[in-house]
Amino acid sequence: MSVAIELKDITKTFGSVVANDNVCLKVDRGEILSILGENGSGKTTLMNMIAGIYFPDHGQIFIDGEEVVIRSPKDAFRYKIGMIHQHFKLVDVFTATENIILGLEDQGKYNLKKAAQRVKEISEQYGFEIDPMKKIYEMSVSEKQTVEIIKVLYRGADILILDEPTAVLTPQETQKLFAVLRKMRDSGKAIIIITHKLHEVLSLSDKVSVLCKGKYVGTVNTAETNENQLTEMMVGKKVTLNIDRSEPKNCEKRLEVCDVSCMNREGVKLLDDVSFTAYSGEILGIAGIAGSGQRELLEAIAGLQHISEGDIYYHNPKTGTTDDLRDKTPLEIRELGVRLSFVPEDRLGMGLVGNMDIVDNMMLRSYRRGKGMFLERKKPKSLAEDIIKQLEVVTPSANTPVRRLSGGNVQKVLVGREIASSPTVLMAAYPVRGLDINSSYTIYNLLNQQKDKGVAVIFVGEDLDVLLELCDRIVVIGSGRITGIVDARTTTKEEIGLLMTKTEAYKEDKAHENA
Amino acid sequence: MKTHDKAHEPLLHIVKRSAPVWWRAWLIRVIAVVAALIFSGVISFLLTGKNPIEIYATMLDGAFGTERRIWNLFQALAMLLCVSLAVTPAFKMRFWNIGAEGQALIGGFAAAACMLKIGDALPNYLLIPLMIICSVVAGAVWAVIPAFFKAKWGTNETLFTLMMNYIAIQLVSYFVQIWAVPAGSGKIGTINPNTMAGWLPEIFGQKYLLNIIIVVALTVLMYIYLKYSKHGYEISVVGESENTARYIGINVKKVILRTMLLSGAICGIAGLLLVAGTDHSITGDTVAGRGFTAIMVSWLAKFNPIYMIVTSFIIVFLQKGAGEIATTLGLNHAFSDIITGIIIFFIIGSEFFINYSIKFREKEAQTK
Repeated sequence: MSVAIELKDITKTFGSVVANDNVCLKVDRGEILSILGENGSGKTTLMNMIAGIYFPDHGQIFIDGEEVVIRSPKDAFRYKIGMIHQHFKLVDVFTATENIILGLEDQGKYNLKKAAQRVKEISEQYGFEIDPMKKIYEMSVSEKQTVEIIKVLYRGADILILDEPTAVLTPQETQKLFAVLRKMRDSGKAIIIITHKLHEVLSLSDKVSVLCKGKYVGTVNTAETNENQLTEMMVGKKVTLNIDRSEPKNCEKRLEVCDVSCMNREGVKLLDDVSFTAYSGEILGIAGIAGSGQRELLEAIAGLQHISEGDIYYHNPKTGTTDDLRDKTPLEIRELGVRLSFVPEDRLGMGLVGNMDIVDNMMLRSYRRGKGMFLERKKPKSLAEDIIKQLEVVTPSANTPVRRLSGGNVQKVLVGREIASSPTVLMAAYPVRGLDINSSYTIYNLLNQQKDKGVAVIFVGEDLDVLLELCDRIVVIGSGRITGIVDARTTTKEEIGLLMTKTEAYKEDKAHENA
Repeated sequence: MKTHDKAHEPLLHIVKRSAPVWWRAWLIRVIAVVAALIFSGVISFLLTGKNPIEIYATMLDGAFGTERRIWNLFQALAMLLCVSLAVTPAFKMRFWNIGAEGQALIGGFAAAACMLKIGDALPNYLLIPLMIICSVVAGAVWAVIPAFFKAKWGTNETLFTLMMNYIAIQLVSYFVQIWAVPAGSGKIGTINPNTMAGWLPEIFGQKYLLNIIIVVALTVLMYIYLKYSKHGYEISVVGESENTARYIGINVKKVILRTMLLSGAICGIAGLLLVAGTDHSITGDTVAGRGFTAIMVSWLAKFNPIYMIVTSFIIVFLQKGAGEIATTLGLNHAFSDIITGIIIFFIIGSEFFINYSIKFREKEAQTK
C-alpha cells in the first residue's frame, strides 16, 4: 500500500506553550490510524494543521510522497483531506443534502435532485443510513455525524480525519460507525481517528500513534500491542513533584453521593449510577478523560444540574443532621447551612464575572448580606485586599477587572474567595489548568491547608502526577461511570490510566468503604 | 503542486489590545470626530459645492442659534435620554428590548386616554397622579409580556418586543380614529385646549423645564440604581454571564421580569412626558423613533447613564443641526442624514480601534 499522508517534524507553539513538538506520522491508503493521547497532548492541534486550520511553525507535510503546503481548509480539500470535527458545523434549518453541497464551487447549475441522488449513492456504497431530505434540526447526534462524514466524501476526500467521533455516540451507534469506517478502509481510503478509548483503538485501528504532552512517543501496530503498553506510552514516565501531603485526620463522612444519574436533553446519560463518599480532612481526587462527567458531577452537588436518580447527602458537622441536597437550588443549599464552596472549571464564565473588578467579584457570594437595597462594598474591598496580599495576586489595584489579570491571578482571586467563606466542602475543578509552576504550588498549598482544617476537598484534575501526590484517594470516572476508587499512596499512574479508559462500572469494595 | 511561497501569514491581522488606557481611548474618539468632520466636509463640498465651514456654522446655529432653539434642543435631549434610560437596564442584562417605541407609546396613550375621557371630571391634582399611574402601568405591562414569555418559554425577546411595537402603534391609530378631536377629523388635535386638564404644569413659565428636571432626576437615580443597588448588581451579573448568576443562586427569571418591569415603567413615563408635558396630543408617531435611537445612545455610552447625557446630546445636536442645513442652505433632508450618518459611523467605528489594533505582517527579514 502506498503512503497517503506523512508528517515530518511538525512543531506548533501557541505563545510559550508547545502544542506539538517535532511530531511525525504516517498513514497508508487502506489503513486506519488511531491517535491516542491524554487531554492536551496535542492531538487536535495536529489534525487541525492537516486540515488547514492552523499552520505549522515548522515541519513538512507530504501527500502521496510529495511535499505540500496547506494554508487553508480549501487547500486541504484540494489534497482530498476531509476532517470531521468534534463539534458539528451544520446549518440547522437545511436538509442533509443542502448542507452537504453548501459552499461547494460546482460548475453549472445548482441541482438539488442530482446532489441528493449522489448522496444516496455514497450512503449505499458505505452503508450509511440517511434520508437526504431530512432537516438537520430533526436529526439525532449520530445522524448529524453521518451528514458530516458524507459531506467530506461528497467532496471526494480520501484522507479522512475524525476527531473523537465516538464521544457523542451510544455503543450501538459506535458499532455502526466502525462498520462504515472499515468499509471505507477496504475501499482504499486513509483514515485517522482521534480517541481516548483504548478498546476502540484496539478493535478498530491498524496502527496507533501515541502523543504525550505534545511530544510524539511512537507508533505501534495494533496487532502487536495491548492495553498496558498503550497506557504506559500515553501517561509517560512518573514525574516527582514534591507536593507536601499530610495524613488525613479526623475523617468523618461529609458528603455522600448515592447512585446519582443524570441525563442531557437527548437522553444520553452523563452520569450513570455514581456513588462515593467524601470525608472531612482528606483530598479526594477525581480522575478521568475530559468530558467523562466530572463537570456534571460537581454541578449536581452544587445544585446546578438536575439529577434524574439518586441522592446527595450532606452531614452537617455543626448540627449533626443530614440533609439531602437533591433538587435544591444553590441558594437553598446555602440556606440549609451547607458550607459548600465550588471552584468551577470555567473561571471567567461561571466562577467570576470578567468585566467586574476584584471587589465586585468578592461580593458574588455575599452581596445579599445586609438590609436595604444598596450594596455594601466595604467588607468585600477589605477581603479583596487581603486576598491580593496573602496570595500575592499581581494586579494594578483591587478595582481592576478580573479579565485583565493573568490566568494564575484570576484563579487566586477565585480560590481565595471560595476559601474565605470557610467551607466544609471545597470542590475544585481543574484549579491549576493553564497556571505556571509557582501559581500551581500556591493552589496546592491552599488545598492542603483546607484539608488540614478539616475540610472535605474534592479535586478534579487532569495531570495524573499531581493527582497521585496531592490526593488521599482517587475516584476514577469513565463515560459517566465510576470505574475505580483507589488509594493515591499505593496506586500507579498506569493503573489510573487504564481505569480512565474503561467504561464498565466498578463495584464498590467494602474494604475501601471502611478505609 | 509545489509551492515554496512561505508567506503564509496574512498581510494584516487584528490583535485585541490587552489593557485599554483611558487617555488613548479618548484620543481615538477625538481623532474619530475630527476625521468625521473632515471627511463629511469633503463629501459635502464634492456633492454641494458649499463651503464646509459654512455648513458646520449652520449646524451650530440650528442647535444653539436662538433661546427657543436651545430650549428645543434640551427638550429633545431630555426625551431621548428618558427613553435611553428606560432601555439601559434591559440592555445591561443583555435582554434586547427593542420595544421601547411601543412601550413609550402605550404609556403616552394611557395618559391621553385619561385626559380625553375623564379630563373634565377630575381636577388636575387628582387627574395627573392617575395619569402617571396609568402610563407607568401600561408601559410596564407592555414590557413584561415579552419578558414573561422569555423567562417561561425562552422565546426570542428581540422579535417579541419588536412585534409589540406594531401592536401599540396600530392600537393607538385605531383609537385616534374613534376619539378624533374634533370628531371626524381622523386625528387627535390638542387635547383639552381650554381647560388644559391633564397638562403637566409649567415651571417658571418654561414649557419644557419640568420634563428636563424629571429626566435629570431619573438619570441620577438610574446611575445609582445600576451602580450601588443589589438589583443593579444582579442585572450586571445576569448580563455578563447567566452561568455565573446560576452559580451564585440568582433567580435569573425573576431578575428578567423585574428589570423589564422597570424598563417598561420608565418608557411609560417617557410617553407621559411626551403626551402630557410636550405635545398635548397623540398620534401613532408620537415617540418618533426614539425607542430605536435610544438603543444607540445606550450602547455608545456603554450603558452608563451619565455618559448617556453626552451621547444623546451628540445625536440630538446632529439631528437639529442637520435639519437646519436642509432648510437654510436649501439642501434636501437626505443630505443632512448623510452627514449625521457619517459622523455616527466614525464614532461607532472608533470603538473598534479602542479595543483592537491592526498589526501588519512583519518583514521577512525580521522573522529570519
